[in-house]
This record gives sequence, C-alpha cells and structure tokens, in this order.
Amino acid sequence: MRKMLLAALSRVLQGPAAAARPAARVVVATRNYADFASEATFDIKKCDVHRLEEGPPITAVLTREEGLHYYKTMQTIRRMELKSDQLYKQKIIRGFCHLYDGQEACCVGLEAAIKSTDHLITAYRAHGYAFTRGTSVREILAELTGRRGGCAKGKGGSMHMYAKNFYGGNGIVGAQVPLGAGIALACKFFGKDEICLTLYGDGAANQGQIFETYNMAALWKLPCIFICENNRYGMGTSVERAAASTDYYKRGDFIPGIRVDGMDILCVREATKFAAEHCRSGKGPILMELQTYRYHGHSMSDPGISYRTREEIQEVRSKSDPITLLKDRLVNNNLSNIEELKEIDVEVRKEIEEAAQFATTDPEPPLEELGNHIYKNEPPFEVRGPSQWIKYKSVG
Amino acid sequence: VTVRDALNQALDEELERDERVFLLGEEVAQYDGAYKISRGLWKKYGDNRIIDTPISEMGFTGIAVGAAMAGLRPICEFMTFNFSMQAIDQVINSASKTLYMSAGMVPVPIVFRGPNGASAGVGAQHSQCFAAWYGHCPGLKVVSPWSSEDAKGLLKASVRDDNPVVMLENELMYGVPFELSEEAQSKDFLVPIGKAKIERPGTHVTLVSHSRSVGHCLEAAAVLAKEGVECEVVNLRTIRPMDVESIEASVVKTNHLVTVEGGWPQFGVGAEICARIMEGPAFNYLDAPAVRLTGADVPMPYAKILEENCLPQVKDIIFAVKKTLNI
Repeated sequence: MRKMLLAALSRVLQGPAAAARPAARVVVATRNYADFASEATFDIKKCDVHRLEEGPPITAVLTREEGLHYYKTMQTIRRMELKSDQLYKQKIIRGFCHLYDGQEACCVGLEAAIKSTDHLITAYRAHGYAFTRGTSVREILAELTGRRGGCAKGKGGSMHMYAKNFYGGNGIVGAQVPLGAGIALACKFFGKDEICLTLYGDGAANQGQIFETYNMAALWKLPCIFICENNRYGMGTSVERAAASTDYYKRGDFIPGIRVDGMDILCVREATKFAAEHCRSGKGPILMELQTYRYHGHSMSDPGISYRTREEIQEVRSKSDPITLLKDRLVNNNLSNIEELKEIDVEVRKEIEEAAQFATTDPEPPLEELGNHIYKNEPPFEVRGPSQWIKYKSVG
Repeated sequence: VTVRDALNQALDEELERDERVFLLGEEVAQYDGAYKISRGLWKKYGDNRIIDTPISEMGFTGIAVGAAMAGLRPICEFMTFNFSMQAIDQVINSASKTLYMSAGMVPVPIVFRGPNGASAGVGAQHSQCFAAWYGHCPGLKVVSPWSSEDAKGLLKASVRDDNPVVMLENELMYGVPFELSEEAQSKDFLVPIGKAKIERPGTHVTLVSHSRSVGHCLEAAAVLAKEGVECEVVNLRTIRPMDVESIEASVVKTNHLVTVEGGWPQFGVGAEICARIMEGPAFNYLDAPAVRLTGADVPMPYAKILEENCLPQVKDIIFAVKKTLNI
C-alpha cells in the first residue's frame, strides 16, 4: 500500500511528462521520516536554586535523533549493568561491583550537555560514565572480568576504568573531588574553555576534603561543576541518618547550587548546560544535586533491602524509571514508536551478548606483565615478586 | 651555596624551563616560603605559577594530583612532611597507584617536597621521618638530598620525572653551605634518581646514610681516620628505588656495614638495607652482622638533652663502627 502511495506521489511531483523537467528530485522518504515528528518540546521540572537569580529553563526541546540516541545509550547501560549482575553471580566478576541501573539519566544527560573535550571524574559507581565517556561495552565488561582486553588491561577492575578526559573510577570516597578541582585548575591554565565535572555521592558529600575543595575552587574561580548524585543512600545509611542538612545543593555554601530531577534526562541535560555556561563564563564553580535512585544495593554484596523497602524500589521503578520516562515521551509525542524502540532493544541486547561473550572468553593478562606500569618513561627494571627469586620485568 | 639557595635555584630554573611547572602550598608565594625556599619566585612568576593555599592539606594535595593528571607539572609543598599525613591518601592512592591501575593511561608527574624528620626542639608531632612510609610504596619515587648539589640536582630531576616523586628535605640542612661544582651550576645539571654517591671512599667499613646523617657519618669518618679506620661513606640520595648495587659493591670491599638514619628503627630504611644485603651476594662478604643506627624508638621529646639523645650522634656512629670491627 505504502509503495503504491509513494510511487503515486513521485509521479505527481514529476509534473507533466512532456515538459522539460528540472533537475530536482523528490527524496523518497523511509517509513520513519514519513511517520515521525522531528522534534518536540517538553515541560521539565523547575530546579530549586541556591544563590542564583535564575535557574535552568523549564522547557526542553528534544529532537528525534537525540531521543533515539539517549534511549539507546541508557538502554545499553541498563543492560550492561544487568549483565554485570549476572556475571557477578556466576563468579566471573570478582571483588567490588557497584551497579548504576536506575541512574542512567544522570550520566547520559550530563554527557549530552558537555563536549568530549570537557573532563569528568567520578567515584566507584562508574561503569555508566566509562561508557558515556567513550569506552566500549566490550572493554568495560572485559575489565570487570579481568581480561587483557579490558580498558585497563585487567589491572584496574570495576573501580578503575579510565578514558580520554575521564579520570575514573576512584575507590576512596571523596578523594576524587579535589582531583576534579585540580583538573579544573589545569583547564583554567590551558585556557581552552574546558570545564571539569566532578561527581560524588550523597555519602561522600559529608567528607571534609570536599569542603576544602569548595573553598579553593571558589577562591580561585575554578571551572568546576560539583555534582552530587544523591541516590538517597550512602551504602546502607539513608541521607536523613547521615547528614544534618540533606539539601546537598546548598552545602557548597558560597557556591551557587541547583537541585535537579536526576530521573529526567532532559532536566539533567538542561541543568548541566546551564551549569556549564556558568563555569565557562568565568564565574567560578557551581554545584548540582541530581536526585536519583539506584535499583541495586550499594554493591553486589548488598541485597539492598535491609535499609529500604522493596515497595520503595518498586515504586521508583514503576513511576520514575528514567528509560520508561523517555520512552513514554518519545512514543506519546510521535518521536518514535514501540516497534522502533523494540528494534533498538534487540540491537542493544545483541551488543551486550557479544560483549559478554568476549569478556568471558578473552584470556587473562599475561603474568609477565604483572610488573608493568609502575613508572612512566623509565628504562625497564625489575620488580620483586613474593620472594627474592621471583622477579618481574617492569616497562612503563 | 646553601641548600636553601640551591633549592631556590632549582625551582627558578625549572619554572622557567617549562611553563606547565608550578608550585603550590602554604605560604609559598607572598611569605616567600615558610623556610624561604621559594623566596623571590612569586614576584618573578606571579599568581598563576606560585599559588598560596589555605590550610587544607588533603584538599590542595588532591588538587595538585588532579592538575598533574590533566597535564600540568605541579610541585606540591608540605610545610613539613608531618602534615603530609593528612593528605597521604592523595599521595598514595591517587598519585602513586594510578599509572598502574590505568595500565599506563594516566601518568601523574608531580613532586611532593618539604622538610622531613627532626628539626630542633619542635616536639613530637613535628619531628617524624617519613622515608620508610613513602619508601614502602610502589609507584612512588622517594629522594632524600644531603648536600646542595644533591638538593639542586634531585629537585630538577624530580620535576622532570614523569612520575610522582616525594622529596624529603631537611630543615636543619637548609642553612648549610656547600661548594657547588662548575657542572652543578649548569641549568641542565641533574642528579640521577636511583643512584647513590660515594661521598668518601674507604676500605674498612661501609657507612650508608641519607640526608643530614650523611654529614654525621663524614664527621665520624674523619675522627676514625685518625685512628687508622677508613670508612666508606655512601650517600643514598634516593630511598626508592634504592641503589642496592652500590651498597653491595661497597660491602664486598669493606666486609662491614653500618646504616645510619634519623627515622625510627622498626620497619625502617636501615632494616630494608639489612634485609636486601642478606638476600644478595654481599652477605657472604660480611665479617660481622650489619648494624643499624636510627632515631630512638620514642616520639621526639622537647628538652635538648633528650632530643639530642634521640638521634644518632657522631659518637654513636664511632661506637658502632668500633663494635662492628671489634676494636
């Protein structure tokens, strides 16, 4: 039916057969373009602000292209984290594994508002960021399974993944915050208009070194966006039990702050654009609190239900899931449809399966490389093993 | 040239050579440095290169490490290394381990420097030696200058090194003048990290030391020479990576070993040297067990007589040499 219609359309547009035809052609559209809108405008939640005259906009424009990209990215992260859960339970992933499912709108929304030349650092719940900052799912999963094809060649593990302009993956709670301000100091020095996004959780927000950093960042007007991913629990301690003030966006005191709905990717994106503009204009640091939620426990060794109820988790899943929210927006505003999104789901599933296949079959790093990467730009030397007779060669 | 001026020259030369190098710490700029090491530098290089920080060790150390990860080459000054304990997580977990964890992707070219060890009458909280603490950690380089040549060459080498370097200076050495050779006055003079120096050749006993104790060893050697005992004095210069080969070569020659340091005895630099000598070829050349001279195993007291007796003195070195040589 469609083919006939389009054929008829093109005949009509070709004009009378006898006349000299101009060179213009009708582009015969694919099914998608003919059916969908190219963009839509959405109302987003107004952000609470601290020490700011105005906040981010309360509407956002989402193009079809953006929507599909965000959907695919979030879905990839979701499925990647669920696959990690599976692999961990099969004991193919060891040690610590802190999963990000539920928080996808944060990392994808942030990335959508900044450039690849900007910098980002976070704590240990970092798989989502490793992905949005350019590491492939393959390399992430292979790092989790400790294989040579991992993004850190199997030497880092879950908490120590790095990429260009992505400084990890940091295991010590709060330590990444001064590091991020230091990166911002370098940005200011090099003068290329770059900024640094420095993330931490609601648990870390009570660390002293963060307040030391707020002070110096404000004093020196560092182009640093401090971002508190408030998922309501620092391990098993709820925010009410950990913080005398849970208004994390105000904790920067003299640093202006915004509180953002971290489950709405458009809210995150618009707030981040606003914050990035603030930093780039030389006004100094700004603080964003993203209110979000993690479905899993703190890590894979935490079932996550001794300090919160299953009902609470279920409620967030059914009412505020970031992927569902985006999906509903796309479908209800004719930016996409269920079939197209299902196709994306299938693609994503396939990609994750292939990556998992790689991650479980790639060999472990060679023992001979145990001593490598102690020093950079150093002539090769020997590193001591467990006894004086066991030595490993070290090359940078 | 005093050690202080040698350090000042080194800082000046390296700041001039590479615009990514900068100095941060408490009082380094407008105060000209708590110990005047950075005198004149703020006037010359300005706020962007010489940065006064608030009293926030953990914060500013982390900032320095982050700046190094992002392409700058910071020199992070601790007013004394005692305060580095507040920031030690950033030095070890953020700086020294990152190259390894990232499989080579993220280098951290930073220098942490400042006075280390005992001073004069500053009390227990301000007198600790951190050579063993930092020397313990893979990924770090740890240097400990004694003379002006050491100070200048090692600081320059540390700044140019692409790895995190902890430079343990000594406050009591800052004012001590040394001859600076023609070579040492050149702008590209470097002392290689990881190589010890024989300050005084000898044949009867090897004295291995670092920092201020090297001077005491030389004094003891002068006294012992009058009695016909020739000491070979080895100035470690670098704690990590330690130049064990030089120590071994010396022990093979002299057959006797005495280590001298200011730090506490347990798990210290001397303990490491003894263990390494046991594992290597030099063990078979020892005619007596290796001996360690260290700081006393107590927090540093204040009263002069007590403090003096908490560090190895020249007389203690002489006594130990005679004991080990059985004379």
